[in-house]
Amino acid sequence: MKIGNIPLKGRAAAIVIIIIMALSVFAPLVYPYSPVSVHLNSLREPPSFSSGHLLGTDQEGRDILARLLAGGKVSISVSFLAAFFAMTLGLAVGLTAGYLGGKVDAALMAVVDLILAFPSLLLAIGVSVVLPPGTLTVMLAIASVGWASFARLVRGHVLSIREAQFVDAARAIGASGPRIIWAHILPQCVPLALTLMAVKLGGYIITEASLSFLGLGAQPPAATWGAMISQGLDYIYSAPWIAVLPGLAIALTAFCFNLLGEALADSGYDLKAGKF
Amino acid sequence: MGFLIYLIKKIIITLFLLLGITFITFSLTRALPGDPALALVGQRASPQVIAAIRKQMGADRPFIVQYLDYVRMLSRGEMGRSYSTRKEVLGEIKVKFPNTFKLALAAMLLAAPLGAGLGFWGAIKRGTRTDLFLSSISIAGISVPVFFSGLLLMLLISLGLKLVPPSGTGGLRFLLLPAITLALPSAATLARVTRTMVLDIMDMPFVKTARAKGIGEWRVNAVHILRNALIPIVTVMGLDFGSYLNGAVLTETIFGWDGIGRYAVDGIFRRDYPVVLGTILVGTAVFIIVNMIVDIAYHVLDPRVRVFDQK
Repeated sequence: MKIGNIPLKGRAAAIVIIIIMALSVFAPLVYPYSPVSVHLNSLREPPSFSSGHLLGTDQEGRDILARLLAGGKVSISVSFLAAFFAMTLGLAVGLTAGYLGGKVDAALMAVVDLILAFPSLLLAIGVSVVLPPGTLTVMLAIASVGWASFARLVRGHVLSIREAQFVDAARAIGASGPRIIWAHILPQCVPLALTLMAVKLGGYIITEASLSFLGLGAQPPAATWGAMISQGLDYIYSAPWIAVLPGLAIALTAFCFNLLGEALADSGYDLKAGKF
Repeated sequence: MGFLIYLIKKIIITLFLLLGITFITFSLTRALPGDPALALVGQRASPQVIAAIRKQMGADRPFIVQYLDYVRMLSRGEMGRSYSTRKEVLGEIKVKFPNTFKLALAAMLLAAPLGAGLGFWGAIKRGTRTDLFLSSISIAGISVPVFFSGLLLMLLISLGLKLVPPSGTGGLRFLLLPAITLALPSAATLARVTRTMVLDIMDMPFVKTARAKGIGEWRVNAVHILRNALIPIVTVMGLDFGSYLNGAVLTETIFGWDGIGRYAVDGIFRRDYPVVLGTILVGTAVFIIVNMIVDIAYHVLDPRVRVFDQK
């Protein structure tokens, strides 16, 4: 896939995502306020240029912009890692099921169906409650639900190329099963899986936010966008910016990821074949 | 005949699926840190009391015995009692499920015409600024988490304009905000699917034929395109029912709507195993049944699809 094939909206979204990521990594280095230090003499200040708190302060006097940047780092890295875990596991299961077929395929796909049938947020909440709350838990919770979509898509693709001539040729020259999967089938599936990953990332951002909104994500005083909203709920009437700004941050980031995912899916691979 | 075999097969598969779900959920709840007995009586109770309560709950027996006991209880049509309120879980679900159903139905009634309409509009304006604008709106719809859109609605309509109460369970006035919140992402998904489907159908030969015969644009759109696009749209609506259950978890929590989603989340946080198991079981069963109805509806709407004769 060439970058030139990606529609303009996808490239624009990618640029905004890169800006958001760069800001969340580099801006804290130059921004004077810390995301966790409490200032009791500047509680709930509205956004302003003059006070120095560009986006205001929260109920504990912490700088909201600093917390948004810190939260962005958490949110984006958790979603990326979760997507990576989900993709890796999904590829492994999908390749195995698709290549071996028969009973192995039936058994693995039964598990996949089971997970896809489950209300996914409840399952993720369940996983986050079993493990101690934190970023690693959120990652595992998202990945443990997410891999099923990847497995189903990859398995479908493997089924369609398993009987292709280049696989027959590899078999004819005596390549072993693992070698065929690794060297011939996997490379055909990776672009497809990456595209699905791009499609899914926006949703993972939202799931991460939902879990931290429910108090299952990174624990205080660490900042996450979801937790900032739930803490701001108590002041929604008197100081709405505390909850509204992180909400806008989630929406903007998820919007860009969804736009990018859609653009990639439009320009490269037909994902409709698999249900995910 | 084919239909009967299909139905029997589906029911058997569903039973096994539910058994599997029960097993997973059961293992998950037993793996939870934190002791429900401790959560019930508090830290200050004596060890003897805690041990007695554990025994009364049956939590001192081996895992597999507990699981089999639970399945046996299910087969009697019971779901046990909540640890924290001592109320029958099934009875509670019977009270709360209609609330969730009402919410989901209201959301669906809002989402279906809105989503299908916007999608159709985008498709017939393909490539124009209107299309771009509508696609952006639909992507925005799936990008805003329900707990944020709900919050904004609450802020604007309830606290700002004082039109409806901000939270609670009850009639239409209480239903409006959570239903809109729940409908937004689903309308967005539906709009995207409708747009794709309508674009596919617009290029088909029978549409060209209809145009060539001189049928008016409106009639072509309504009779030839929309009717054929309805089948996949109905499917997506059915499949989307699962996301209503997901969305209900958060929406009900924010708006204090007394439904099964909030009941489940409360149960998870309180380590109330019977509540967790019961709600998840019912939620999954509903999801599977809705999917089955969609399968059947698919067959009725489109005779080319042979759902029942598949192996």
